[in-house]
Amino acid sequence: MASFPAVLRSEWTKIRSVRSTIWTLALTFVVTLGVGALLSLLTNNNFEEFRSDNTPFDATGTAFSGILLGELAIIVFGVLAIGNEYSSGMIRVTLAAVPQRGTLLTGKAVVLGGLALAVSLVTAFLTFFTGQALLGDHSTSLGEPNVLRAVFGAALYLTMLCLFSAGVTTMLHNQTLALGVLVPFFFLLSPILSAVPGAKTVAHYFPDYAGSRMLLVYEQNGQPYGPWAGFLICLAWTVAALAGGALVLKNRDA
Amino acid sequence: MIELHDLTKRYGKTLAVDRLSFKVPQGVVTGFLGPNGAGKSTTMRMILDLDRPTGGRVTIDGKRYGQLSEPLKYIGALLEAKAVHPGRTARDHLLWLAQSNRIPERRVDEALGLVGLTPVARKRARGFSLGMGQRLGIACALLGDPEIVMFDEPVNGLDPEGILWIRNLMKRLAAEGRTVFVSSHLMSEMAVTADHLVVIGRGRLLADLPMAEFIRRNSRSAVRLRTPQPERLLDALAGAGVRHEAGPTGSVEVVDGDLAALGELAAANGVVLHELSPQQASLEEAFMQMTADAVEYHAGDGPGRDAAGAPGVWGADWKGGAAGQPAARGTEEN
Ligand SMILES: Nc1ncnc2c1ncn2[C@@H]1O[C@H](COP(=O)(O)OP(=O)(O)OP(=O)(O)O)[C@@H](O)[C@H]1O
Ligand SMILES: [Mg+2]
Repeated sequence: MASFPAVLRSEWTKIRSVRSTIWTLALTFVVTLGVGALLSLLTNNNFEEFRSDNTPFDATGTAFSGILLGELAIIVFGVLAIGNEYSSGMIRVTLAAVPQRGTLLTGKAVVLGGLALAVSLVTAFLTFFTGQALLGDHSTSLGEPNVLRAVFGAALYLTMLCLFSAGVTTMLHNQTLALGVLVPFFFLLSPILSAVPGAKTVAHYFPDYAGSRMLLVYEQNGQPYGPWAGFLICLAWTVAALAGGALVLKNRDA
Repeated sequence: MIELHDLTKRYGKTLAVDRLSFKVPQGVVTGFLGPNGAGKSTTMRMILDLDRPTGGRVTIDGKRYGQLSEPLKYIGALLEAKAVHPGRTARDHLLWLAQSNRIPERRVDEALGLVGLTPVARKRARGFSLGMGQRLGIACALLGDPEIVMFDEPVNGLDPEGILWIRNLMKRLAAEGRTVFVSSHLMSEMAVTADHLVVIGRGRLLADLPMAEFIRRNSRSAVRLRTPQPERLLDALAGAGVRHEAGPTGSVEVVDGDLAALGELAAANGVVLHELSPQQASLEEAFMQMTADAVEYHAGDGPGRDAAGAPGVWGADWKGGAAGQPAARGTEEN
């Protein structure tokens, strides 16, 4: 049987030796932080104009305004990390070396998830601190209620979407197809459905909406469930995608 | 040793591999021959447990592939030339492969040296030529220092120098006592590399015999004689007790005849010769004949006529030495 630490080492070498890893992860960081910083600065300078209603101001959410774009980059990372094996035909070399397909996918998920989590944590905390620095008087701190949880939530959100995408790519065993399904799903279908009154309730159980609940600091009106339920729903999607990927990988001819 | 037992693979309506049973003998080069679409690649993928058989099984040293711990140490394979991420360097490609099977890192550099890729070890595979890609694939196969190596059409698309290199490599590997299983659709290529031959057509076993045996049976040599005085020639041949047969366009052929002796015989009898020439049937022709018959056999549904016209005797004399080797196709387990 393949040794699991050996599979981890091997997968780590794979992931660190291609440039797309650096690009997509760097982009996740830069975009999340950059857009958040920009919006924090704008909000601080035009605070009165931006604030019309009298709901409490969410300084954490403002700092994380860029997460929607950062999420795109980390989804691409998850898709490419799995999908490039299929596009290059390398998957056959991989499976010949590690014929225990469940072990292989677990190894991939651990390495991918570990790296995504590390980058997401750094991104989340730096984005938060940068945003707060730029929000000046309107800023919040990690000590305020729910704020620390929201920052961790942002990191988990990115990590889970990455793993969800990796699972979907394994199921589809084609990176172009996976991007063609995931990007429209997250950036068209989910936002559009969330705005349609009837479909809203369905869209509220999609992984991205559910996951983004983890970033909430204040209770909002009309919110279907809280951050912990959001976490569990997003986690369920992630686990389901990976399990589906494992099922396909195990039963399919390579 | 690789052993196949009634291995079968069906893709939808296509029966790619049809109850294939044979053993790959140890320590020699075995050529796995068949025309395009015969099922060679499919068989090799099933050996590596990449494709799951519809029926039957295949074992390596008595175990299923998935039961091998660190399989690269038992069997190394080259299936496709450029199964490499284009953005990864040759060395990194070998490194992850080595790590997955706990092969020491120094083997990576050894394998690169073995195939002559040391100068481009840190170059990304994107820029590799077909030949370099092939060499990298072979380095992957040799990485774990395996007893068995398997190559799928390794010379496809290579220049003559590359072909020669692969040919010599396979001979060297066999000389080191390794089992080499190599597919091809060119008999001429196999004739110069393989010691043993397994021929399939339409997924079915057509022949399983030593190369020498195949050559002996199929490289019919004859002397062709042509004369304006056929009666005199036939009388002379009959008088000398030489067996002959009719050749093309009125010529006469003497199988395994001696060129000089036949010329002298004609002269002694005053026969005018317009042609006196040695004839050699090519192995390629024999191979095509064999596989064409397989197609015929499948198209019609007549009884199992042996492709070589000698039912069940293929390699029979050699079989005495290596017990248990199935002879020709169609012979069920004994
Ligand atoms: N994944 C697949 N799905 C459907 N049909 C397949 C698949 N792989 C192979 N086949 C079919 O199975 C048959 C055998 O194909 P295979 O590639 O094994 O032949 P081959 O002997 O390697 O041929 P070639 O010399 O062209 O490489 C062919 O008819 C092919 O079309
Ligand atoms: Mg083939």
